Amino acid sequence: MSGANDPYDPKQVAALSAENLDAAVQKAREAFAGAADLEALAAVKPGHLGDRSPVLLARREIGALPPKAKAEAGKRVNEAQSAIRTAFDERFAVLQVERDERVLREESVDVTLPWDRFPRGARHPITTLAERIGDVFVAMGYEIAEGPELETEWFNFDALNFGKDHPARSMQDTFYIAPGDSQLVLRTHTSPVQARTLLERELPVYVVCPGRTFRTDELDATHTPVFHQVEGLAIDKGLTMGHLKGTLDAFARSMFGEDSKTRLRPSFFPFTEPSAEVDVWFPEKKGGAGWVEWGGCGMVNPNVLRATGVDPDVYSGFAFGMGLERTLQFRNGLPDMRDMVEGDVRFTQPFGTEA
Amino acid sequence: MRVPVSWLVEHLGFDEVPTPDELAEAFTRIGIEVEEVTPLGPVTGPIVAGRVVEIEELTEFKKPIRYCKVEVGPEQVNQIICGATNFVEGDSVVVALPGAVLPGDFAIAERKTYGRVSQGMICAADELGIGDDHSGILVLPTGTAQPGDDAMELLGLNDSVIELAPTPDRGYAFSVRGLAREIACALEVPFGDPGTVEVPEPEGEAWPVHIEDRPGCSRFVARRVTGVDPTAPTPWWMRRRLMLAGMRSISLPVDVTNYVMLELGQPLHAFDAASLSGALTVRRALAGEKLTTLDDQVRALDVDDIVIADDSGVISLAGVMGGASTEVGDSSSDILLEAANWDPASIARTVRRHKLPSEAAKRFERTVDPALAPVALERAAKLLNHYAEGQIKPGRTDVGAPALPEPVSMPIDLPDRVAGVRYARGVTARRLGQIGCQVSVTTSEEGQTIVTAVPPTWRADLVQPADLVEEVLRLEGYDTIPSVLPPAPAGRGLTEQQRRRRTVWRTLAEDGFVEVKPFPFIDPSVFDAFGLAADDIRRNTVGVLNPLEADKNVLATTLLPGLLETLQRNLARGAKDVSLYNIAQVTLPRAQQVPVPSLGVDRRPTEAEVASLLASLPNQPLHVAGVLTGHRELAGWWGKGRLADWSDAVEAARRVGAAYGVTLRVVSSDLLPWHPGRCAELRVGDWPVGHAGELHPKVVEALGLPKRTVAFELDLDALPLDDHRPAPMVSAYPPVLLDVALVVDASVPVQSVSEVLGASAGDLLEDIRLFDVYTGEQAGEGKKSLAYSLRFRAPDRTLTVEEATSARDAAVAAAAERLGAALRA
Repeated sequence: MSGANDPYDPKQVAALSAENLDAAVQKAREAFAGAADLEALAAVKPGHLGDRSPVLLARREIGALPPKAKAEAGKRVNEAQSAIRTAFDERFAVLQVERDERVLREESVDVTLPWDRFPRGARHPITTLAERIGDVFVAMGYEIAEGPELETEWFNFDALNFGKDHPARSMQDTFYIAPGDSQLVLRTHTSPVQARTLLERELPVYVVCPGRTFRTDELDATHTPVFHQVEGLAIDKGLTMGHLKGTLDAFARSMFGEDSKTRLRPSFFPFTEPSAEVDVWFPEKKGGAGWVEWGGCGMVNPNVLRATGVDPDVYSGFAFGMGLERTLQFRNGLPDMRDMVEGDVRFTQPFGTEA
Repeated sequence: MRVPVSWLVEHLGFDEVPTPDELAEAFTRIGIEVEEVTPLGPVTGPIVAGRVVEIEELTEFKKPIRYCKVEVGPEQVNQIICGATNFVEGDSVVVALPGAVLPGDFAIAERKTYGRVSQGMICAADELGIGDDHSGILVLPTGTAQPGDDAMELLGLNDSVIELAPTPDRGYAFSVRGLAREIACALEVPFGDPGTVEVPEPEGEAWPVHIEDRPGCSRFVARRVTGVDPTAPTPWWMRRRLMLAGMRSISLPVDVTNYVMLELGQPLHAFDAASLSGALTVRRALAGEKLTTLDDQVRALDVDDIVIADDSGVISLAGVMGGASTEVGDSSSDILLEAANWDPASIARTVRRHKLPSEAAKRFERTVDPALAPVALERAAKLLNHYAEGQIKPGRTDVGAPALPEPVSMPIDLPDRVAGVRYARGVTARRLGQIGCQVSVTTSEEGQTIVTAVPPTWRADLVQPADLVEEVLRLEGYDTIPSVLPPAPAGRGLTEQQRRRRTVWRTLAEDGFVEVKPFPFIDPSVFDAFGLAADDIRRNTVGVLNPLEADKNVLATTLLPGLLETLQRNLARGAKDVSLYNIAQVTLPRAQQVPVPSLGVDRRPTEAEVASLLASLPNQPLHVAGVLTGHRELAGWWGKGRLADWSDAVEAARRVGAAYGVTLRVVSSDLLPWHPGRCAELRVGDWPVGHAGELHPKVVEALGLPKRTVAFELDLDALPLDDHRPAPMVSAYPPVLLDVALVVDASVPVQSVSEVLGASAGDLLEDIRLFDVYTGEQAGEGKKSLAYSLRFRAPDRTLTVEEATSARDAAVAAAAERLGAALRA
């Protein structure tokens, strides 16, 4: 430090000399570069940018200079300080990125850990299938009809042209409701909904009815006394068996793929005439694509129309019915129908909410 | 019905006989279902006729064993071991010689057995692949073959049996006659009707017969054959056919009746005329009457059963089974043959009542050709005459007047219109003629071409135009019908109710419940396990008359029994944390049972009749129920799990409500099978719709369920279809958040406090949430402290803390006044 009244020569003020300032900058750069992390950088910062750092101390000397020299010295100090500041900022930025990366690295987890905190639920595949079939027909303009499971014999049999003691009545092994003369049964098929629909709705009628049905079959791998059917009914002017076939083909394609189709074989049901069994071409059939028995169908018997007040000379129509358990069984290759009724969660869970 | 191909084609004029599979395909195409095609055999190698020369009974074995000398060719006698005993020396049998291979790759070789050398095998029918009779070895009628004759020819092993299952409307198809005619139509070949037997004019009556019950019996025909040689055997060809059709040979007269039934479709009965006393009467059974049937069962008759009686009383259960007292036996030589037409419905009822299905009844139930009785009798009488030297008496009894099919008319293009096909000209008339109709074509006054068909006597099923249409369509082939989608109507989509039900279905699954579908059949004793009072409404069940499991004989009034049983099954199979749900109808009897009205089907019922029909059914609302046990949240690497408790059941029920668009209110309740202190009643407004909570510990114990099992059940149909159409206004101004802690009596339900605060805090209150419940010393004895956070916000400005505070204070003041709540210090 020079005395106040010394003859002026900035070069003689050592702290303000270019050499010293350059050295200070150089030292600062080295110190910053040597700081391994943000903490170390913060620790060395005061020695180069703090009040007691060489450059700041040098700046104090400027005041003692004659006015002529002040500007030049000031400029030199500013440049040095700016260089140090820049060096600090650059190093800071580098270390900050390094720090951020390290933190993220340290926070990483094993994302393959299982997360089964809330057990998954599932709908029964029969529910999903019924809904899907409903959607297929709703898309064709049909509506979904419903009916009770405990039904009068009139709806389940009489109105469907089952004669009182016709063998067809005993073809469907029926659960009867007590007492013996109650005239009530657990519906043996979804077909009573045909009669209900014709009594309730305005013509024309296009409906499907998925629902639970009952027959006194012992439970085994291919039978269950409580099962589900889907019934279809269309009554309009000018409907033909060709329309029935077209509808069944569209239904088959929606269930089993674009290559699927149906085949009709003559059969007998009291409520349709002509009647047919429906076989479906199932491309994924075990052992190779082939025909699978799928359900029954036919043109609605004029007697059914008469019993429900529809003029068979004006209106005609068709009906069809399929078993959902059976459909699911062959579509999914399920070996044992009992699994569908026993309610073991291990059976149902894999179906999830869509299947 | 099983029919050998050789028998079927006997009546058909094939240039080249189709294969059995081709015949089966033809049957299928025209609607006669084929159950099975079974080729006979295969049998290869030396199979010959043999004559049993000598029988040595070996006694050193546990069962009877015979060592037989059998002549199997000129000067050739083989020694053969045989385990059967139904033959005597001199009998003609079938022998498989060493080198022969029987069905099932059963190779015959000379071998040592039972300590003797056996040079072949004496065969039973089933061992040869003919039918399934294994009651003894096959003994051929005397004179059928000479020892050494090739038995292959004799047995007709180059044949197949087709098993068919005609639909119940086609009674005629339960005969070779009917089936051959079907093939003739399907394959367009000439048909020789075996039913065209010449029936001579009778001279007098065969036996006096009175039909007292005309509705039960439309025709009764009898013919008498005397001097029948009771020892005459059934000819081999007939036995073979009976065997292949699945019937056992009994005696010539019985075999003849069965054979004619199979051939023509008319069941016959043979009475031992010597055992009959007086005239025969056809009537309904009288109360208390009994009959010993041919199977030696004593049967108590019903007044609805049609019977044949003589002076001794009932001698036959008409159309179903004959009686033992007039059975044709070993010494019967005077035989009265009966052929009749019985009321199909009565026969069906008798079969069901006595659980006595018979080949005869199967045909009568499906209606037998009313013109066939005299023809069938003639055929049978001639066979008895031919094979047993019976003298056919000149008389014939023929009483009754069966209804013959009525003519059916229809526009000639109706088949085209039903099928959606343009058939070639003349197809309809030709096809109807082919099945036996008398067809005439006329023009109506409107200029329409009308075809009128008089159905043949065997087609009682053809009564309306649709029946004729089906005949044309099936014979032309359903495969000619095009595939055309009908023009789409404008549907309305799912109903509001259907959509909301679907949402409920999905919500529970998304919420971790697994859907199960238990049967609706329950054991009423479950209500004892539930602890229900004797007069509990849920005990008021509808019973099933013929349950599969005797104790599960009522229909569920609640879904819980089925769900809990399914839960038990899962637990028994090792599951621990289980949440199940079920959505299904339950059956609730009405307070006043309305009788089912008796309605016809010849017209639409009136609105009043429909109403009473619907009212005669029990209520069947759709319920939803769930059960939970074990962990609701599982333990894992994240830490501890959480066991399901009452609140999960209540929350599940509320979610169901929310999914349906309804906010359910929760009220403390006490209903078994729930825990009296942990049972919530769910309400819509003040209307109860279900319950939720923890099951009563006693119920849990009685049913062997894990402790703290919880459950809910709601009546989905009781939830209103509220027009759920929210229109929220969302304010972008900042909220003011305030907390408040209130001390109330422990008995005050939280919901009441929340409701009072919510209702009294004014429009500025945006949200209220209970975040803590504290009971303990600082709350005070018998008190609880409830901590709420309230969020206030104004729609149009930044709310000041002062405004919010005054709104909160108003709410607290209301709670203080109405519920005695005190602001916690």
